[in-house]
Amino acid sequence: MQRRSFLKAGLLGGLALVAGGAVYRQLRPSTPERFALDQQGRVMLAALVPAITGLSPSRPEMDAAIERVAGAINGLPLRTQKEISDLFGLLNMAPTRRLLAGVPAWQEATPQQIAEFLQSWRTHRTEMLQTAYHGLHDLVIGGWYAEPSTWAAIGYPGPMKELSA
Amino acid sequence: MTSPIPDPIQAGIAAGWQVIDASALTQDRSFDADVVVVGTGAGGGVTAEILARAGLKVLMVEEGALKSSKDFKMREADAYPSLYQESAARKTVDKAINILQGRTVGGTTVVNWTSSFRTPADTLGWWQAKYGLKDYSVESMAPWFQKMEERLNISDWQAPPNPNNDLLRQGADKLGIKTGLIRRNVNGCWNLGYCGMGCPTNAKQSMLVTTIPAALEKGAVLLTRARAESFTLAGGKAASLECVALTADGMQPTGRRLTLKARHFVVSGGAINSPALLMRSGAPDPHQLLGQRTFLHPVVISMGTYQQPVEAFSGAPQTVYSDHFLHTQPVDGPMGYKLEVAPLHPVLGASTLSAFGASHANLMKRFAHVQGMLALLRDGFHPDAAGGRVTLRSDGSPQLDYPLTPYFWEGARRALLTMAEIQFAAGADAVSPVHELVTQPYKNWDEARQAIAALPMQKLLTRVVSAHVMGGCAMSGDAASGVVAPDGVYRGISNVSVHDGSLFPTSIGANPQLSIYGVTARLASGLAERLGAKA
Repeated sequence: MQRRSFLKAGLLGGLALVAGGAVYRQLRPSTPERFALDQQGRVMLAALVPAITGLSPSRPEMDAAIERVAGAINGLPLRTQKEISDLFGLLNMAPTRRLLAGVPAWQEATPQQIAEFLQSWRTHRTEMLQTAYHGLHDLVIGGWYAEPSTWAAIGYPGPMKELSA
Repeated sequence: MTSPIPDPIQAGIAAGWQVIDASALTQDRSFDADVVVVGTGAGGGVTAEILARAGLKVLMVEEGALKSSKDFKMREADAYPSLYQESAARKTVDKAINILQGRTVGGTTVVNWTSSFRTPADTLGWWQAKYGLKDYSVESMAPWFQKMEERLNISDWQAPPNPNNDLLRQGADKLGIKTGLIRRNVNGCWNLGYCGMGCPTNAKQSMLVTTIPAALEKGAVLLTRARAESFTLAGGKAASLECVALTADGMQPTGRRLTLKARHFVVSGGAINSPALLMRSGAPDPHQLLGQRTFLHPVVISMGTYQQPVEAFSGAPQTVYSDHFLHTQPVDGPMGYKLEVAPLHPVLGASTLSAFGASHANLMKRFAHVQGMLALLRDGFHPDAAGGRVTLRSDGSPQLDYPLTPYFWEGARRALLTMAEIQFAAGADAVSPVHELVTQPYKNWDEARQAIAALPMQKLLTRVVSAHVMGGCAMSGDAASGVVAPDGVYRGISNVSVHDGSLFPTSIGANPQLSIYGVTARLASGLAERLGAKA
């Protein structure tokens, strides 16, 4: 498979990412100060939230989780927000997404394809892709479990109510 | 609803403390003081109180905001962005190590887990032998530790350890590994388990509720949301400190500038920000030491699951430790490690688990049954554990490069083996080292022993974290091995001192807060004398 053979070429992957990032930045009209979640980003997160958490949230749960992820990103330093903007951009431009992640448009990607993408980045020889996996993992997992309504399922009672209101 | 707990910060402000929020300034400002203290964590807080009590006019500068118990709601989603550097996601340059560091009035003492250890004797002995710190013996430091233990109510913890801690004790006991109980800086602790999100009951004796209020009572001024940018140096002295005001969310400068003048300046910004401030100022560094040898006590993690509930989110976070593996080899032999446990709350706990998809969800179903064990590796004593290096990005902000060496990985593997063995001895039915290639938890010690021996030890596969940043402005009796003299004064700038964990010429080999309190109490008392105490 084309994707697999590409993933073996770690160095090529790194170069493609750097080049893709440069092209991507050239295409953007201006550098935003803060990460802004656009519709494409929402569609991608809607695919990543169930894939990373291993859960099947309802549409309202999903929308709320996506907002929390965006909120968490907006709490990071602007420099980091810019890195995440670049990552989202690369994963939403069709050529770079296919090349780097090996997935079709996010709404068409199967759970199997998304899991393969995550696993390949998780153990990729290109450090940049490994760190991108960690970033997506921590943002999605953190965003999901920040919400009190997710706590009953994991046996976490939450903080003492008298002091946390 | 407001908290039923009285809030000493709100009361103090109402009573007339001089607190200025720089984010609200509409024009540039200048301030004068006897001493400017940069940073309000363990070193800055202690220094500010001692100098203010000596009758000196003290100005404290802090880039974080002033938060207090009314804000501490024990919710991770609020606590991390508001109280930590970079939302608790600060990382080394290669993103291989996640660093927990406070950014708020009171610094990391507001969010630490209250573990209090005197500087170990072998660490002090090493400093005396290798760094010319001849006055830093166990005996000569003892009164300073005692003074700060009394000041911060550091004492034996009376309640039994929670199950998370007790499993470390039980497993170690079975294997003949000695453990001890951790002393804590608390007063009237409710045993809730949320120290890492700011103490909601003001029981934790952080700088926020002890030394900083005492300094403010004595007329000190606190400037918040102000970032120290650089000293103006001339003739071997600092003439002023230039600061920039930050927006209320701390994200970026507002454009307002502050110029602070003082007879003396104390740098207490922590081991990443302090060297960075001195570098931006062009501080003399003839031996290329500034920002070098930054230590982290890099931590590896092992998660054990048990039949019975562990509820690692509940109760005092750290009450049991073992120093056994700090003493099985010489201090400069193979890397030693201290064993402790970590409280597990949903956001940090779930994101630390190295799995995704169904395997993550399966681990989370047993979240309340997970015990999280930590090994803190002692860096700075062996040539192959020379620590990291703080450098400046093009915008002047600091970054830490910390290479993880084969020497470290050898210790990390031993530590993961030790923790798995202890967890199984304590009755775990499964153990997972936090590592990306561990896809199924190990079911018994034999399986774990073989698997961990074969796991590739490399960054971004093995999870490495740190909550203890030290070094970078090493104190030494010899100018060739430290930018700071044993009296805390920066060599070559006669009116600038460094009072924080960046002074340490090696790591401590224990949670560093009491080391910072004791050393800076001593340095600040000396400084007060030299500046001519007025009271």
